[in-house]
Amino acid sequence: MGLDPREPDGEAREMLARINETFARGIPHNRAMGLQILSISSAECRGRLPYKPELVGNAESGVLHGGAITALIDAVSGGAVFAAMRRTTRVATLDLRIDYLKPASPERDVICEASCYKLTRSVAFTRAIAHHGDASDLIASSAGTFMVMSDPRSGVAEAP
Amino acid sequence: MTLLEAITRAREQGELSALIEKIPYALFLGLGAELREGRVVGTMRFSPMLIGNPTLPALHGGAIGALLEWTAIFDLLYRAETLRIPKTINITVEYLRSGRPLDTFARAEITKQGRQVASVRAIAWQTDPARPIAAANLHFLLQGLSPADAPLGAVPPHG
Repeated sequence: MGLDPREPDGEAREMLARINETFARGIPHNRAMGLQILSISSAECRGRLPYKPELVGNAESGVLHGGAITALIDAVSGGAVFAAMRRTTRVATLDLRIDYLKPASPERDVICEASCYKLTRSVAFTRAIAHHGDASDLIASSAGTFMVMSDPRSGVAEAP
Repeated sequence: MTLLEAITRAREQGELSALIEKIPYALFLGLGAELREGRVVGTMRFSPMLIGNPTLPALHGGAIGALLEWTAIFDLLYRAETLRIPKTINITVEYLRSGRPLDTFARAEITKQGRQVASVRAIAWQTDPARPIAAANLHFLLQGLSPADAPLGAVPPHG
């Protein structure tokens, strides 16, 4: 589903390029993690955390640290809020719950799919899952709430 | 030094650095832990790569969540009768204030420790513990309650 019914692919593509530039690479911690946004549509965002040895929680097992999964889910859930708002305004995480369902497998990228299922003037509600590519075999599941800042000048990565 | 030896040393000698070195993510994020008056205090040294909002600027919520989880795990390892890294079942983080570009600290309190599950509350602050920037509730699955039960080959999932 695109952002604009008249020109779905064009606008969605443009939004994807912009969000990768301003959000995935423009935000220092997202860039340090290596976050990539794979797709963004009406109220959904899909991102990838490439496997990196420095994100490992235990060198003996090679399993990613839970904190890296938390940061991925926080970021992609924020992306879903941008998608729902049609712009990259400033949002702030209010509350984030993550259930860890199984360890991430060593050497494998983690995919996060987030949706913003309710957006009010000041609060956005999100759900997200993380997996290795099979959404029926989850690493983590999450629910979040975000504050949405109404002042466009305070934007984190305000769209031009 | 194996992980088990590092945990044992941390508990017996209050020497935490060997344990921290076993955790690449801690080096990546700048996480540390120290003992203050017999309590574990988790630390996250400020670095520009922790920023999640360059405009304010403010720390990334994921990094703050990671510090809270890290501190809770460390507190359990130090305090609880476990020699294996506890498995995080879930974490709920409340973000109370934006994290400024400063060093961040955290401490944890074991709300309840059962045979299999521990409930932990953790808070993070920067200049004043009475003004926390975030708080979290966490549940952990405890494994290997005695040293004999703690073979080191086993995989701690998110530790």
